[in-house]
Amino acid sequence: MNDGVADRLALSGIVKRFPGVLANDRVSFAVKPGEIHALLGENGAGKSTLVKMIYGIMQPDAGEIFWNGAPTTVSNPKVARKLGIGMVFQHFSLFEALTVLENIALGMDAKIPARELEARVGAIMQTYGLKLDPHRKVSTLSVGERQRIEIVRALLLNPSLLIMDEPTSVLTPQEVEQLFVVLRQLASEGCSILYISHKLHEIKALCDTATILRSGKVVDTCDPRVETSRSMAEKMIGAGLKDINKTAGRERGREKLVVQHLSLPPVGEFGTALKDISFTVHEGEIFGIAGVAGNGQNALLLALSGEEAVHEADMIMLDGEPIARQKTRQRRLKGIASVPEERNGHASVPDFSLSDNSVLTARDRIGMVISGLIRPGTAQSYTGKVIDAFSVKTTGIKSTAGSLSGGNLQKYIMGREILQNPSVLVVSQPTWGVDAGAAAAIHQAIIDLAAAGSAIVVISQDLDELLSLCDTLAVINEGRLSAPMAVEGADVEEIGLLMGGIHGDPEASAEMHVHPETVHAD
Amino acid sequence: MPIKLEKRPQPSRLMIYLTPVLAVALTMIIGGIVFSLIGFDGFGAVREIFFAPLINTLKWQDLAVKAAPLVIIAVGLSIGYRANVWNIGAEGQYILGGLAATGIALMTKDMSGPWILPLMALAGIAGGMAWVAVPAWLRTRFQVNEILTTLMLTYVSINLLNYLVFGPWKSPHAFGQPQTISFSADQSLPYIIPGTIVQAGAPIAIIIVFIAWFVVSRSLFGFQIKTVGAAPFAARHAGFSASQTIWIALLVSGGLAGLAGMLEVAGPFGRMVPQFPTNYGFTAIIVAFLGRLHPVGILIAGIVLAITFVGGEVAQTTIAFPYPAVGIFQSMMLFFLLAGDVLVRYRLRLRGSTPAGSTSGEAQA
Repeated sequence: MNDGVADRLALSGIVKRFPGVLANDRVSFAVKPGEIHALLGENGAGKSTLVKMIYGIMQPDAGEIFWNGAPTTVSNPKVARKLGIGMVFQHFSLFEALTVLENIALGMDAKIPARELEARVGAIMQTYGLKLDPHRKVSTLSVGERQRIEIVRALLLNPSLLIMDEPTSVLTPQEVEQLFVVLRQLASEGCSILYISHKLHEIKALCDTATILRSGKVVDTCDPRVETSRSMAEKMIGAGLKDINKTAGRERGREKLVVQHLSLPPVGEFGTALKDISFTVHEGEIFGIAGVAGNGQNALLLALSGEEAVHEADMIMLDGEPIARQKTRQRRLKGIASVPEERNGHASVPDFSLSDNSVLTARDRIGMVISGLIRPGTAQSYTGKVIDAFSVKTTGIKSTAGSLSGGNLQKYIMGREILQNPSVLVVSQPTWGVDAGAAAAIHQAIIDLAAAGSAIVVISQDLDELLSLCDTLAVINEGRLSAPMAVEGADVEEIGLLMGGIHGDPEASAEMHVHPETVHAD
Repeated sequence: MPIKLEKRPQPSRLMIYLTPVLAVALTMIIGGIVFSLIGFDGFGAVREIFFAPLINTLKWQDLAVKAAPLVIIAVGLSIGYRANVWNIGAEGQYILGGLAATGIALMTKDMSGPWILPLMALAGIAGGMAWVAVPAWLRTRFQVNEILTTLMLTYVSINLLNYLVFGPWKSPHAFGQPQTISFSADQSLPYIIPGTIVQAGAPIAIIIVFIAWFVVSRSLFGFQIKTVGAAPFAARHAGFSASQTIWIALLVSGGLAGLAGMLEVAGPFGRMVPQFPTNYGFTAIIVAFLGRLHPVGILIAGIVLAITFVGGEVAQTTIAFPYPAVGIFQSMMLFFLLAGDVLVRYRLRLRGSTPAGSTSGEAQA
């Protein structure tokens, strides 16, 4: 009730429990009218749970929600929308085969005649400069354009609070900038915005206030414009950050991994075909592959690791030897290690002990199998070494992979590959969903491995990560890889364009294969 | 009533092993009540079916005879089931194993020598493998679901059996009875315990159990099977071929079912008859699950199921309890086992009540 005006939204002592977990612990904060309020926290800090309660998807176990000063029960999303709360989810719920307008009509609580709806949609797009053809099929749209549909959907209800859940995680830099323009305009008209993110520079650029959550509790409410990114990060993780030094003692050696004209038909129903991909990674070089999810990153990792068959042997060369027709096991013996994006069920078996998970990929190089029989002692001692060297927090080598937190499991998996001393490491989304402390440790391990002379390929959607980690960078879009560029002096604007910021040419966008369902949740 | 299934954070290890025991106990209690309600001596039947064969030492040899094929088939099935390869048609592979062994016996009817029996065993194994090779090929080449193909081939095998014993293989001395000639001594399993009906099948079953135990727990192949079943993508990442795993899993289960068929036809039957399919192949599915897909568990479960077979015959003679009802008891065991498994992994919760274990202060959502 500051300045005589009621807060648009106020939370008081919100508690939410899940089996074995206290997701929100007496959370209180307030959002003023016209304020862009950041909700900041690491993965697992309880941000998503909190907004789900504000939007009526879940009910708090204790505490109160005040809407314009009055205590309110948001019993379901329909009630939330009636109150004037709009939400844009991280994962879109759109039908690919329907047009933009049809998708919007399906999402409305009230039936509106098609012509009237089109007029209103047109007016909103006009007002906020949201470029979108209402009659295009969703399947031909980029991720940024799909997000615009969701925003239009939310704006049709004239919301006085708009919740944006990690809106920029799949956008190119240009799309992020366009989104911010829209959000600032909305705020200037009095709409409050609750902006959920863990990207600090975005919050500094956009938000008026930031509430920082850690382990389900509010640790601070601050003004992000006067804080530094570092100070907010330290509040978010509750510890000091270590600096990483990416160039220390690193020299570029001979050509190690050469990929030339690699093409691969789409794998599975939602796969993306790889088209004529070429790049070279030298010893001691960290090569980054940027791109919006679903543009062929998975297929590229599978092709490099040998999990997906490539038919022409010289499409992938290791030390000048064609290896593209060799299987995963042979490639591992030759020193190619890989870490896929999905930790549970791909890089590891959740139900297996860590020791058994070591047998999965380290058995040949570490000698865990002799004449067809597993030597549990060797697997256990190797696993112990990984746990020690990478400070994996676990109850021991017998605990299951599934019992580890995301960050610890990723540290274990990275350690399992790195301690095999691979000459090539291909890693996808190394720090996705990992807390900042673990992310720093993983980045350092990658840099150390490169310093020891290995060639490293990092595939990531996080452009900031690639810019801080890599020497060379290329962008993958629709299964094609751009020309590599040196990270030093790289133009972020240009990278953004390569990531698919422009979809002016309908012919080109017609073959877009971006599937939001393959984008991972946090 | 709004009841929700809620995943338990960690299933109790004790309950995982206790569930099969509870399933058997529940089968006795509920089975006794149900059959009493419909006018039979329900608890008398439970006593005769589950306990009489254990108390009467004379029946122990019958148990060994019945348990041997069940255990051999179930061990093979369990290897596939661990890899999520669902061979449901062991009955058909068992019949083909029996037919292949019979074929050798008919070809060698005028010969003698200790080599005939091992040749019949190899033929039995090959017969079972050949029958399961069809579903294996369809699955790996065309993604055809092996549950359907293995099951359907069972009915084909029954018709093949009938064609042979009513037709080309019919004995000329059987007064028109549909059966082959009796096997000679060199074509029949030896009795290993003098004065009993226990033939070589029982010790072979025990040997197979221990070989399987070793392979499953110690070998890379056992690890591969487990990985393919638990996480197919991780298996691929580990360099394990899914097709190779499916082929081996099916060939092992088909081969063991075929061996069981050979041991039956060269053992208790002594000739091929239309009554040869005795549902061992289907009952072995229950044995595999009741034994928790573990070779030693399967040995115990095989004996439990053998008890119900032998006990069913006892109950038929002592209290005139209908023999087909034994199948109901066996099915109830599988039912309670599967239901119990759900409760081991999930808990029932009334909607609106507070989830248990929510006092911990660790937030991860």
